[in-house]
Order: sequence, then structure tokens, then C-alpha cells
Amino acid sequence: MARYIARRLLLAIPVLLGATFLIFAMVFALPGDPIRALGGDRPLAPAVQEQLREEYNLNDPLPVQYIKYVGGLVQGDFGRDFSGRPVSEIIQQRLPVTIKLALVALAFEAIFGLIAGILAGIRNKSFFDSLVLVSTTLIVSIPSFVLGFIAQYTFGLRLGLFPIAGLNDGLQSYLLPGFVLGALSLAYIARLTRTSLVENLRNDYVRTAKAKGLTPASVVGKHTLRNSLIPVVTYLGVDLGTLMSGAIITEGIFNLPGLGRAVFDAIASQEGAVVVGIVTLFVLVYILFNLLVDVLYAALDPRIRYE
Amino acid sequence: MTSLMTSPSGAPVGGVPLLEVDDLYVEFRTDYGVVHAVNGISYTLSAGETLAILGESGCGKSVSAQAIMGILDSPPGFVTGGEIRYKGSNLLTMSAKEQRDLRGEEISIVFQDALSSLNPVFSVGAQIGEMFRRHRGASRADAKKAAIELMERVRIPSAKERVNDYPHQFSGGMRQRVMIAMAIALDPAILIADEPTTALDVTVQAQIMDLLAELQKETGMGLILITHDLGVVGEIADRVAVMYAGRIVETGATDAVFSAPAMPYTEGLMASIARVDQKGQRLNPIVGAPPNLANLPSGCPFHPRCPRATDYCPTALPPLLEVVPGRYSACHYAEEVLRDH
Repeated sequence: MARYIARRLLLAIPVLLGATFLIFAMVFALPGDPIRALGGDRPLAPAVQEQLREEYNLNDPLPVQYIKYVGGLVQGDFGRDFSGRPVSEIIQQRLPVTIKLALVALAFEAIFGLIAGILAGIRNKSFFDSLVLVSTTLIVSIPSFVLGFIAQYTFGLRLGLFPIAGLNDGLQSYLLPGFVLGALSLAYIARLTRTSLVENLRNDYVRTAKAKGLTPASVVGKHTLRNSLIPVVTYLGVDLGTLMSGAIITEGIFNLPGLGRAVFDAIASQEGAVVVGIVTLFVLVYILFNLLVDVLYAALDPRIRYE
Repeated sequence: MTSLMTSPSGAPVGGVPLLEVDDLYVEFRTDYGVVHAVNGISYTLSAGETLAILGESGCGKSVSAQAIMGILDSPPGFVTGGEIRYKGSNLLTMSAKEQRDLRGEEISIVFQDALSSLNPVFSVGAQIGEMFRRHRGASRADAKKAAIELMERVRIPSAKERVNDYPHQFSGGMRQRVMIAMAIALDPAILIADEPTTALDVTVQAQIMDLLAELQKETGMGLILITHDLGVVGEIADRVAVMYAGRIVETGATDAVFSAPAMPYTEGLMASIARVDQKGQRLNPIVGAPPNLANLPSGCPFHPRCPRATDYCPTALPPLLEVVPGRYSACHYAEEVLRDH
């Protein structure tokens, strides 16, 4: 197992290099001159512009820029934005917001998705089952920015239950954006749990559990659920990675100062170092959670072993 | 051996047999119509006795076992008539909790395919030990200790080291031993073995049957052996009940039935076995296929495949009647059939 994890981590290095290069090249290819745009209506003096270009290696060809950037990364230097602020500082400041948002979303989808999925699975073909089917289909078909505005309008403005935007109310501020961010996965989890449970309830070992005199709660809650939740737990793991990187739109709608907002702003002002730094972090998170899921898979299902 | 006298633990409780199945009906209500899986079967089982229920796939033998265990998939399966009495009290009218308390404790079952019948994500020790935790309130440690003892009893080598292994780490024969250990954990009065050796190699089959016979001798439990393997029946069953289309069509002491069947279907089964003294000759299968249980033939359900059928057979359903003492047959011409042997 330790060898398996080590091998996966080694494999992550080329993936990270490839990902950073692609992002780097895309920022490089963006039209417009970020340095000239810095001054807005009153352009900076040509000498200052030239000095900035030199400082940020913008006069070098793409491969050289990239190699210099990676060289800095290896020494723990994530580069700076055009105002001279280190990217590592931006990440440090913004990361907690995004993590909190992702965790609230994860809690939402795990709790409500599982409950809905389990109830629908146990009462297969009942009214509740159909209700879950219809409502999850509805959620999946609504884009998150529409859902965001609907949530802001009804729960925030009309009912006044939750803060509409910003971070002024502590954890409360995360509830509505967390729900909007997690809604899509909530629907997937409900469906996945239901299908998996219904499928597993048909298995022979369920009959064995009944024949042992176990209560229905134990037959379903222990024997069947333990098997049914394997795909769900792995989905949740991968999804946490997706939630962190997928927060760009939600953070925008709810005006949360997280990493998603930072990337969005940085793309607009062509702050290459900021975009590449944060997106690389997303890629890293994604790789790590994927590895975590694979390890978790082996822990949950004894039939799976890594050499 | 007749049913009421031969239990090692003495006479049946108050003259009542351990298990009485009385005119049991089971049907499955599917989208394609009602499937009549079990149509009025009756039999009794005493302590220490082995009753074989013999029949082709789909004749209702496993369904009747699941009805006794109370583990029919319902819906679509429903018991629509009859009684199943354990020591005189009807299982079908008991509360759900009373029924659950009997399952595993008094009546146990070993299923056909041990790999799919064991839960893949729990260790075999946990699954065997669960019997003690559920019915005896044992602690985790005690349950594990008891599981190791049981694994030794069904002769799983190095039980102590293997108690934490998972089902997929065992061979087919060993897995079936785990199933048996689980079923006999609480010394049940009745063990139902539902085709316990069908999924196994021939050599392993013999070992498992020997184990079952030996355990039965030790504990004096009543054994219901559901099978389509005539060889197995001949070796260990005291009595045999032959099922066809959800009914018992012949029953009696195994030796008597095997040497002189009183029902053409049983005759056909006997004739279809490969025998050493007929080496090189063609086997004689029963022609045709088992009937569709959703749409049974009129009269005797076996008449379309029966070499002895007459014009009378499609018109009346033959009841299960005593031909000679201790022998029952559901054939209009039972005496004639019996005389021919």
C-alpha cells in the first residue's frame, strides 16, 4: 500500500508539470497587454512599463518564461502579482474561504443526498421515490447561477432567512452558497445511493441476513448499506476536489472572497502568476483527493487490494 | 425409518413432529401474471431425520424452504394458504419479532452459492459471530471466540488465523463450510440445506455432504435437504419427497421409493441417471420441459411428458394418496406403476 501511494505521488509530478504548462501557455496566449492595461486611462511611462516587463520576464519567449516560473516554484516562490504581492500570500488569505464553502457544500450534499437516496431506495417505487426522482431531475437541469439567484431572492430577500452575499455573518454566510454549490452533487448522490441500495437489496447476502433473524433495520442499515455506500463515498471524495475548483461561479454570485474569485479577477487582468498558482493548487487538490478515494476504496471493500 | 420414532433426543415433543408443513400454497404476483410456485404441499419432519426434497429447477422446492424460513421476497411472493407449524405453533401467524427470534436460533438454512450468500465486506468471523451477538447478546470478543470454535468444528484449517479473512479469500468448499458454521452456530432444531453442493466440485461435494450428515448425527437436528442430485439423496436421506410443478407427487422411505417408484415422474428421474452397469448406452432423459407455473397443464401437470398418460390424465388432478403403508403417490395409476417394478 505504501509503495502504491508513493508511486501515485510520483506520477503526480508529470501531471502537475503538464497542467501548469498548459495554463501558463493559455494565459500567455490571451490577447492584450497586461502591463499597458495597468495604468488604465493614464498609461505608465514607457520606462516603467519596460522595467515591469523585465521584472515579470514578459519579454522572454514562452518556454523560457515557463522554465523561470518552475525554477521559482521549486524554491517555494509562487511569484508575485503586478502590485508586488506574493501569490502565496493571496492563496493563504483566500484558501480558508473556499475550503469552508466546499465543506459546507459537502455536508449539505452528503446529509440530504444520503437521506433522500436511502429513503427512496428502501421505499422503491413509492410516492417518495418518485418525488426524489422528479426533484433531482429538476435540480440537475437548473444551471447553478440561476439556482443561486433563485436562492438569494427567496431565502435571502423574501424570507430573510439567510444573508444574501458577503461574509459578514460568519458561518451563516456560507449556508446559502454552500447549498447552491452542493445542489447538483446532492441530486447525483441521492440518485446514486438509491440505485446502489436497490441493486444491493437484490443480493443473496441480504437473504442470508434475513435468515439469521436480523431485524430489518440491521439487514438494511448494516449489511446492505455498507455495500451500497462504497460508490457513494468514493463519489463524495472526488467531489470535494471538484467543489473547491468549481466555486468560481458561486463565489461570484455570493460575493465571497475565495480562490474562485481570485482566479476570475486574475484572468481578467492577465495576472499570469496568480492564475497559474491557484489553478495548480486546484490540480494538486484534485490529484490528492483522487488518491485518497482510491485508498478509501480499498479500506471499504476488502476485495480491492493494491500491490 | 418413519418420521415419528427415530429422534436421538427421544420422542417428538408431546407427540408433535418438529416441523409440519400443511397444505402450503405460495404464489408470485408478477407483471406477467400469477406464478403458482407451491400448490398445497404437506410434509412433516422429526428430530434426527433427514428429509430430501427432490425435483427439477423451478419446481418450487427452494420457494417452499424460503416460506418456512419466512424470507420470501414479498412482494412478489405470498403465502396464500396452509400452515407451517414448528413444535405445534403456526409460524405464519406469529408476530414478525417472534418469527425473527426463531430464525437462526431454531430453524437455519444453508444456501446454494456461498460466495454470493456471504456478505463480501464483513469478515467470516464477524458473520458467524453475528449469530451470537444477535440471539445471545454476546460481546464482540466472545462472538469471535465462538466463531473460531465453529470454524474448527466444520474443519476449516487454521481457523484462528483465518477468522478475520473475508469470504473471497476462501475456496468454494471452505466458503460453504463457513455458511454451515453460521447455520449451525446456535444448535438449531432444524437445518434446511438448499442445494448446498450444487456450486461445488464433485470431490468437495462429498466432503460437504459428509460434514452435514456428521453434524446431524452429533446434534440430532432435523435436516431438510433440497436437491436435484439423486445420488446425494440415496446416500443420506431417510425419506424423500419428490416435487413436480409445485406439488409433492411422491413420498416415502428413500430405499423404497428408489427401488420401486410409484409415480411415472420418479420413474423417469431414476431412468435418467447414468449407471455403471449401463455403460455405453444412451441416457434416458424425461422428454419435454418442466411446465410453466403461470399456466399449468390441466389435470395431472405431468401428463404432457408422461409415457403412461391416458385420456383420463388431463381431466383430473390426482391427489397424493397412500399406495402401500408409508408410500404416497399422486398418480391415477400409482398401483400399476408400483407393480411394474
